[in-house]
Amino acid sequence: MTTAALLIVFLPLLGALIAGFFGRVLGERPSEVLTTGLLLLAAALSWWVFVQVGLGHAVFKVPVMRWITSGDLDVAWTLRVDTLTAVMLVVVTTVSSLVHLYSIGYMHEDDSRQRFFAYLSLFTFAMLMLVTSDNLLQMFFGWEGVGLASYLLIGFWYKKPSANAAAIKAFVVNRVGDFGFALGIFGLFAVVHSISLDQIFAAVPALAGKPFEFLGYQVDTLTCIALLLFMGAMGKSAQFLLHTWLPDAMEGPTPVSALIHAATMVTAGVFMVARLSPIFELAPEALKVVTAVGALTAFFAATVGLVQNDIKRVIAYSTCSQLGYMFVACGVGAYSAGIFHLFTHAFFKALLFLGAGSVIHAMHHEQDMRNMGGLAKIIPKTWAMMLIGTLALTGVGIPHFVGFAGFHSKDAIIEAAYAAHTPGNYAFWALVTAAFMTSFYSWRLMFMTFHQPARWGDAAGADHAGAHDAPGHDDHAHDHTHDHTPHESPLVMLVPLYVLATGAVLAGIVFSKMFIGTETARGMMDPHKDFWGAAIFEGANNHILHAMHEIPHWVGFAPFVAMLAGFALAYVYYIQSPHLPAATAKAFRPLYLFFLNKWYIDELYDFLFVRPAFALGRLLWKAGDGAIIDGTIDGTASTVGWFTGKAVRLQTGYVYNYAFVMLIGVAAILTYMIAGGIGR
Amino acid sequence: MSVANIPILSFVTFLPLLGAIFIAFLHNDAKGNARWIALWTTLITFLISIPIWTGFDKANAGFQFVESAAWLGPIKYKMGVDGISMLFVLLTTFLMPICILASWESVEERVKEYMIAFLVLETLMLGVFCALDLFLFYLFFEAVLIPMFLIIGIWGGKRRIYASFKFFLYTLLGSVLMLLAMLSMYSIGGTSDIPTLMTTKFPVNLQSWLWLAFLASFAVKMPMWPVHTWLPDAHVEAPTAGSVILAAILLKMGGYGFLRFSLPMLPVASHDFAPLIFALSVIAIIYTSLVALAQEDVKKLIAYSSVAHMGYVTMGIFTFTVQGIDGAIFQMLSHGIVSAALFLCVGVVYDRMHTREIAAYGGLVSRMPLYAFTFMVFTMANVGLPGTSGFVGEFLTLLGAFQANTWVAFFATFGVILSAGYALYLYRRMIFGELVKPSLQTITDMGPREIAIMAPLLALTILFGVYPAPILDVTRASVKSLVAQYQTAIKTAAIKP
Repeated sequence: MTTAALLIVFLPLLGALIAGFFGRVLGERPSEVLTTGLLLLAAALSWWVFVQVGLGHAVFKVPVMRWITSGDLDVAWTLRVDTLTAVMLVVVTTVSSLVHLYSIGYMHEDDSRQRFFAYLSLFTFAMLMLVTSDNLLQMFFGWEGVGLASYLLIGFWYKKPSANAAAIKAFVVNRVGDFGFALGIFGLFAVVHSISLDQIFAAVPALAGKPFEFLGYQVDTLTCIALLLFMGAMGKSAQFLLHTWLPDAMEGPTPVSALIHAATMVTAGVFMVARLSPIFELAPEALKVVTAVGALTAFFAATVGLVQNDIKRVIAYSTCSQLGYMFVACGVGAYSAGIFHLFTHAFFKALLFLGAGSVIHAMHHEQDMRNMGGLAKIIPKTWAMMLIGTLALTGVGIPHFVGFAGFHSKDAIIEAAYAAHTPGNYAFWALVTAAFMTSFYSWRLMFMTFHQPARWGDAAGADHAGAHDAPGHDDHAHDHTHDHTPHESPLVMLVPLYVLATGAVLAGIVFSKMFIGTETARGMMDPHKDFWGAAIFEGANNHILHAMHEIPHWVGFAPFVAMLAGFALAYVYYIQSPHLPAATAKAFRPLYLFFLNKWYIDELYDFLFVRPAFALGRLLWKAGDGAIIDGTIDGTASTVGWFTGKAVRLQTGYVYNYAFVMLIGVAAILTYMIAGGIGR
Repeated sequence: MSVANIPILSFVTFLPLLGAIFIAFLHNDAKGNARWIALWTTLITFLISIPIWTGFDKANAGFQFVESAAWLGPIKYKMGVDGISMLFVLLTTFLMPICILASWESVEERVKEYMIAFLVLETLMLGVFCALDLFLFYLFFEAVLIPMFLIIGIWGGKRRIYASFKFFLYTLLGSVLMLLAMLSMYSIGGTSDIPTLMTTKFPVNLQSWLWLAFLASFAVKMPMWPVHTWLPDAHVEAPTAGSVILAAILLKMGGYGFLRFSLPMLPVASHDFAPLIFALSVIAIIYTSLVALAQEDVKKLIAYSSVAHMGYVTMGIFTFTVQGIDGAIFQMLSHGIVSAALFLCVGVVYDRMHTREIAAYGGLVSRMPLYAFTFMVFTMANVGLPGTSGFVGEFLTLLGAFQANTWVAFFATFGVILSAGYALYLYRRMIFGELVKPSLQTITDMGPREIAIMAPLLALTILFGVYPAPILDVTRASVKSLVAQYQTAIKTAAIKP
């Protein structure tokens, strides 16, 4: 077991190092085969560990090495494997190995494939370090490590300015979240004197309700710390206000979007909240914030997804929205439902992204759905897979009985949201509305891409070749000589789709009882409690998983109705009366523009933060360092006629001196403020 | 220990000086010989400094390898290292051969004098970290300025005269005040022996004045805001190796001074002035990070980033926590490696293109993949990515700061956002993008000499990020005793105000 855990985590690192440093010597194909093979091995081992840990309850730790020891801080590199970790291991290695395999086909025209596969494996390693962490610092290591890999992969096509900009944006916005995460770690250490999970979990019950001083205010210790940590989760999982990087991250190659920006990295925030459930359970105020942020994100991202035309951006906003669902689940205490949705979502969202990749590949790197249409007959296998993904995402199933993966997990969250009785049941209504919109944009995507009359090539008389120069699509090294009719993807790309499609169909049915089952027939333990063991903590008063079965009958039908309505509306808009979308956009132009421009949040941030930061930088440099500080030095010197030897500039010298005194005054005031803080 | 009988610190300190004298006797046209002698001298100095590490007793908080001899009347020649200073000795001896190698091709004029200046500089820097006598320390501390001043003034860029004068003017002001403070301490303590003075209790009302006098000197050396403006100019004009030494070693003398003098000798004043240091540190971190964002000259950008990183050091020291001080020392050592490497990275392209303007570059990765990789690792270390040495120091200082004052930690943590901004923006402008500039079309990747320079720095950056124990184990005992001593002093002072 310990060997298996070590192999799972370090095989991808080995692959990354070999492909990264010796890729040029090895050649492209051997690098691909090696990294993919190591990942497949890690995935097989992960499933084995999953069975051992999830069913056999063999929770274990593997000490690897010392890390940082300073005073009473003692942090070691340790792998911690419990059920939650085992679930994440399975998700990460399965999707990662399939994405590796798929990329052999998808990236075959690229001339730096070794680098691509090295990055993919490096990402997988960092993600595995994150999910196996036994302390918050190793989690932070994985956290920032996946951020680095994400940065490198978003900017993989480094010649594209838009890709470079998106990469920096992803890193910096995530750092904003990490700012909170880091402060949360500092805070925990200040009160617990340890950042190991076990010691934290043992210490927090005694801290519940205790005040603690933060920024001069007396605040509830655990609420404050939980919210700071959650800020990190918001960044990584692209929640409202810190979501802006995710749509732009679609600049990266599509397999990257499937792996990092759908199935794994972006779910790290949800994982973190579930992992730290012993803290969050004792901070009910913080959980309310988690619910609110999740509900708002689920709603917000769905509205934006309604009107996007780039096939990848639609799925990106869908991801953002689904992450909101997961946070709502955590926020109302149904952590296992949140992780269950994380699990099923990994399959169907990776499927949708890789399917979209297959479409983009077929269309020779076209991503705009307005230039697609009629592809169902031409690439039927991709179409079928996308259809399964859509059915799973929209949660198709027979209420109270059985359905695709998303039916089991998403409906469970919606029911939990109802059972939680948020004020005005806002969380429930936000999620049902979002479910309606999810269904609409998903079917809109299907119809625009596969079913409407073709709008490409000779069929539409459009200048398709021109699209190659358009910005924003996957324009890697492309052979312009072969013909431009869409083509079905090779088997190496289709097999991962088949595997993921199997998961999208079956993951819900097979794992539902295990993850969230509550039937206590024959006097047995709750199946879900049995499965999770101590990996997820539910407070003594947390009965949400039971309460969600005692809701009115109609609530169970609500997501079903929303899903059907979304489908019906999409059918009317994009199949029956295709003139309606334009007419609606015209009729509700301000709202349409508001959604199309993503609620203008990017523009707002540019105005509020980006430009002022640069302007302030220039100002401080030229006026602060230049005129005031240097001016004083030069001025003082020239006053005594010692330094420059030029004309004595008394006037200006005085101005500078005065300004310098002012600057010192600023420092003095700040000192006074901070001193006041110390005085307590 | 047999090693203890040999005056190893004196050997290490004065060996470079010996090399310098040797070079002075060479013929004027013997460029190659001067280079080789300098390289061998620094390499041997590094090798014989290794036993200082291996023979160091980690459990001992006091001074080790102590040598003492009568010198000028009451002033003794006394050398020794503890867990705080020992690693700086190693850092210095480790970086010098790299500096000599980095100057191999870029310095063509007055090579002999250049090498002499560097070797003398090494002796003086090592002296600073080893000296255990107040005035011996002062001698080394101030004399370091002279070769550095010459290196910038003679081998520097266009505005070298302005830069070197500014550098001199700033530091001179501080050193006069520090000398006065030292004289006063000597008259009170009756000795110039540093270990004795560290346990001397100076009158509380006098401590403030002494502390401020030391601050004047150390703040300039760090440099702390607002006396930092000499640094960007000095860096911009200095030759590559000069920048490396300036950033890697000279900046650490201020932080070392705080740890050696201000904290142990003047604990009450340190306590009282901590808010001032916090304020200046936080301003340094945010202010200079913002200024770095606006830079168009790559060396200036890295120089400003250095000031921000030194802000973490001063902040960490004055948290008076084990983590804060461990973190400050770690940050200084890590910055010694990472900023040295970043300046060397600039040197690589400067040697080829002779411009420091960021806009003159772009798309380098297409022709220089090895360089792009190296620069990426050091950029990430500069950003403080976990797994690189840059993270450990930043994390520990912030952890310490949070325990001392949440406001300080809150503002200082903003630095992690801003550093990502300026560092990645720089990387993007130089390395990524399409390589379109005609002047760059024939640029070549790093050669074997450059790889040899970068490889050890790269290895240490990752090693200390993943396994920082070799550093933290050395500092543990001394830092623990420093903190304990400080806390006792504060308690006693509180009892009788």
